[in-house]
Amino acid sequence: MRSAAAFAAILIAIAAQTTLAGYIFRGSSTAIDLVMIVVVYIGIKSGPVTGTLAGTVAGLIQDALSGGILGIYGLAKTMVGFLSGLLGTQFIVTAPLPRFLLVVVATCLHGAIFIGLNRLLDLQQVSADYASILGQAFGNACVGVVAFQMIEWLPGFVDRRRAGRFLRR
Amino acid sequence: MAFADIRQRPGVVLGAAILLHVILISAQVNTASGLPVLQVVTFGSFSEVQRGTMSVIDGVRGLWSGYVALQQVQQENTALRQELQTLQVTLQQERAEAQRTDNLRQLLELRERAQLDTVAAEVIAGAASVDFRTVTIDKGTSDQLATDMAVISPAGVVGRVILPSRRASKVQLLIDLNAAAGALIERTRVQGVVVGIGDGLLRMQYVPGTADVKTGDLVVTSGIDGIYPKGFVIGTIDHADRGAGAYHEIVIRPAVDFSRLEEVLIVRTPPASRTALTEEPVK
Repeated sequence: MRSAAAFAAILIAIAAQTTLAGYIFRGSSTAIDLVMIVVVYIGIKSGPVTGTLAGTVAGLIQDALSGGILGIYGLAKTMVGFLSGLLGTQFIVTAPLPRFLLVVVATCLHGAIFIGLNRLLDLQQVSADYASILGQAFGNACVGVVAFQMIEWLPGFVDRRRAGRFLRR
Repeated sequence: MAFADIRQRPGVVLGAAILLHVILISAQVNTASGLPVLQVVTFGSFSEVQRGTMSVIDGVRGLWSGYVALQQVQQENTALRQELQTLQVTLQQERAEAQRTDNLRQLLELRERAQLDTVAAEVIAGAASVDFRTVTIDKGTSDQLATDMAVISPAGVVGRVILPSRRASKVQLLIDLNAAAGALIERTRVQGVVVGIGDGLLRMQYVPGTADVKTGDLVVTSGIDGIYPKGFVIGTIDHADRGAGAYHEIVIRPAVDFSRLEEVLIVRTPPASRTALTEEPVK
């Protein structure tokens, strides 16, 4: 059940990334990776195994849709999912700050793997623009922390609303 | 159950996922030489496996052939060693036969060149005493050999027959202390007498001090002694001193290596000087 939910979340994130992100973050110099945020969240909540599998699936779908070499994003997101799951089980990452830092680290790791593989395989001239990666990391972290809080806050909010309606009656 | 077990091993899952991605990426990427990375890596990896397998097989084979199968090798080794010894003996025989053939060929050439009545003989024994330089040959009176017949070899004068028996003869070598031969220096035609001095060298006597003598001059028989035919090589002048007397002191190195005598020719034709001497009283 949890796996199905994770897979659904990934699909939604990819759909949003390919459709809505272009509109929401139009004009921004940083490219927000919604799929990675979802993978990090799945890792935190479900552990390293699910995080790894989620990262693999999400990355491969991204690869397939991007038209590049199949496996580059897959490997990067696999590592991110595993790292997130590992840190999620080893440390308490429920507060916004640890989550913020985790997303920053995950984004940097993702960028490093992506650039490293491209350079290693001589696939394309990817410049190691550390400032851009850092900016993306902070952007992802901000969006991710807000999204995580909302996801966790939303069920309780709905329950409270329902309970309030019930009491008013 | 298995899935639950895998969930407890995130490292395995991560490793499998990474491997999957590496294979996936390798299948799509070419190396600098244009070949697919997957193919190159697979071939390279499998070739190492093949190399390792072959090393193991070679090791086992070497172990088998080097240790286990040594019983047969030992027998084979013994047989080969015996065969080698046999072949070595055969080789020595062949080599001796070749040497003998060569010596005989040289003797034959000498015989044809000398135009003399000669008979070939083989040296069958050396001297019985160190004070006398003699050899025994396998031809005697049955081959019409007689006393004072000259004995020669392809290299030069050997000596003379001093004691013929029916089937063997004793030959006095020219280097014997009691041997002598009429000689002349080929370059200047100066005559003298060559005698043995016992130590393997010869001395030429009665060469006038005024004569032109040089080291290296060839000394040949003069034929006046009634034994040795004229013109056969005795040796070369090793050194010559102008002594206090009227004559040169000349030492000659013999042309013949007397330590390696094997086959010789005995000249049955008497020299012209002896013929003249024997015929003179008849006249």
